[in-house]
Amino acid sequence: MLAEKRPDLVVLDADLAAATKTGTFKKAYPDRFFDCGIAEANMMGVAAGIASTGKLVFASSFAMFAAGRAFEIVRNSIGYPHLNVKIGASHAGISVGEDGASHQCNEDIALMRAIPGMTVINPADDVEAKAAVLAMADYVGPTYMRFGRLAVPVFNDPATYKFELGKGIQIKDGKDVTIIATGLMVAEAIEAGKALAEQGIDARIINIHTIKPIDRDIIIKAAKETGKIITVEEHSVIGGLGSAVADVVTEECPVPVIKIGVKDVYGHSGPAVDLLKEFGLCAENIVAVTKAALGK
Amino acid sequence: MDALLKKQLEIAATKVRMGVIEGVHAAKAGHPGGSLSVADTLTYLYMHRMNVDPKNPDMPDRDRLVLSKGHTAPALYAVLAERGFFPAEELKTLRKIGSRLQGHPSMGKLPGIDMSTGSLGQGVSTACGMALSGKISNETYKVYTVLGDGEIEEGQVWEAAMFAAQYKLDNLVAVVDNNGLQIDGRIEDVMSSYPIDEKFKAFGWHVICIDGHDFDQIEKAFNEAETVLNKPTVIIQKSVKGKGVSFMENQVGWHGKAPNDEEYAVAMKELGDHLAELEK
Repeated sequence: MLAEKRPDLVVLDADLAAATKTGTFKKAYPDRFFDCGIAEANMMGVAAGIASTGKLVFASSFAMFAAGRAFEIVRNSIGYPHLNVKIGASHAGISVGEDGASHQCNEDIALMRAIPGMTVINPADDVEAKAAVLAMADYVGPTYMRFGRLAVPVFNDPATYKFELGKGIQIKDGKDVTIIATGLMVAEAIEAGKALAEQGIDARIINIHTIKPIDRDIIIKAAKETGKIITVEEHSVIGGLGSAVADVVTEECPVPVIKIGVKDVYGHSGPAVDLLKEFGLCAENIVAVTKAALGK
Repeated sequence: MDALLKKQLEIAATKVRMGVIEGVHAAKAGHPGGSLSVADTLTYLYMHRMNVDPKNPDMPDRDRLVLSKGHTAPALYAVLAERGFFPAEELKTLRKIGSRLQGHPSMGKLPGIDMSTGSLGQGVSTACGMALSGKISNETYKVYTVLGDGEIEEGQVWEAAMFAAQYKLDNLVAVVDNNGLQIDGRIEDVMSSYPIDEKFKAFGWHVICIDGHDFDQIEKAFNEAETVLNKPTVIIQKSVKGKGVSFMENQVGWHGKAPNDEEYAVAMKELGDHLAELEK
């Protein structure tokens, strides 16, 4: 347990301990858990102050409030002094579902990625999320970790999985096209890869869990070897994974980058799975977009 | 307060005011008004009260100060120089390229800066975090934070005020520098933060009201704060924006403007004469 190994670990939440699951920590370590109430701006500042005294602090809320509402505090009180605060942002993306657009944060990666020195991580399943949290506890510096609300299929093997900060993971080799996905969309990309293989298309599948700093090498290699890239993320097509990949590709090896994501619109209420389908964040759409990109 | 100590503090505060004018004039920009209004309190804290060591600026058990009204950095810089954290000569590099004296305080760059501030309303939250951290691991250090009376219009200040009371941060003392003026005019005309004392009382703080240019009252207030248990203390100090330079006093125009060469000479002569008087 991280909390046992790190007696300096402190956890903050903003009245969402039940939803973000920091309540589990609160039960086990009530002396090291502090509820900040519905006041995310102050929570981020408190986190900065605690970090300045040398403790390891995790601050948790929904992505909308952690990255959105508290953006400028994260930028000025945590990012600018480069303090060792770990922001755990849950309920990111459209899969928040029934709560609707006010809570469906599709802009957090873009916001956090723009902060100098901020590490941005979006794990794909339970195994990767656990490994990422442990890795981030060891890493010294501000970090934004993005989690969803949905139960997610586990495809990584806990016995062999290794999380390496800033390193993408090639899940499947391929020569015709590369599909680069992050977070919840990695499982969909894997499914899409299988369907494409059945149709004679050999797609490389890459999981990018660290959006910043991004693995330039794996992207450049994919661009050179497969000639086309499809990016998939449960986030706006503005400023997220697709933009980060395009930034690398345009500078190093210009090839087409087709972005699958939320297309500069707000979401709305509905069951998460239905919303993901509606917004094209599913294996079927990845297959369709990939085939279209290849003219097939 | 002991008469000798008072004289020493008055001398130091006058040198700090000269440092403010020196820096802002050299930078041709900056915020002299609020720097001069808070100069006495910062001088008292760093020159007399706080447990800090210029030779070991990061010592873990040091008292901490977060200048939440970060635009008055010229005063903090001048005090830190007076206390020996860095040479006073460096004050002239304020706001210049390559300087450690950024327009607003930047921690890590300059020894003695406990938190990066400048975006109003944020410093007080970080001070709460430092105070909470001290409570968690039973440290004895104190945390001070200095806010402006315009700054407390920011909503985050009141989030922090709730937090400090909720977690009984009696190791935290906030100072509200009530000089009555913000950029666009008088506090009561722009967006009244009054009554400041009643607001903090309602938020569960111990409230002390003083004259921010009277070292006896300043010392008494911090002594009183030390005795308060289970709640944070706020010292609301009436002050004069531009204090110590006659043509800047109570003039809103001197919030964020540097003196020209002529004004600089007049200001330095006034302060220099005052210093000579004190040192007689």
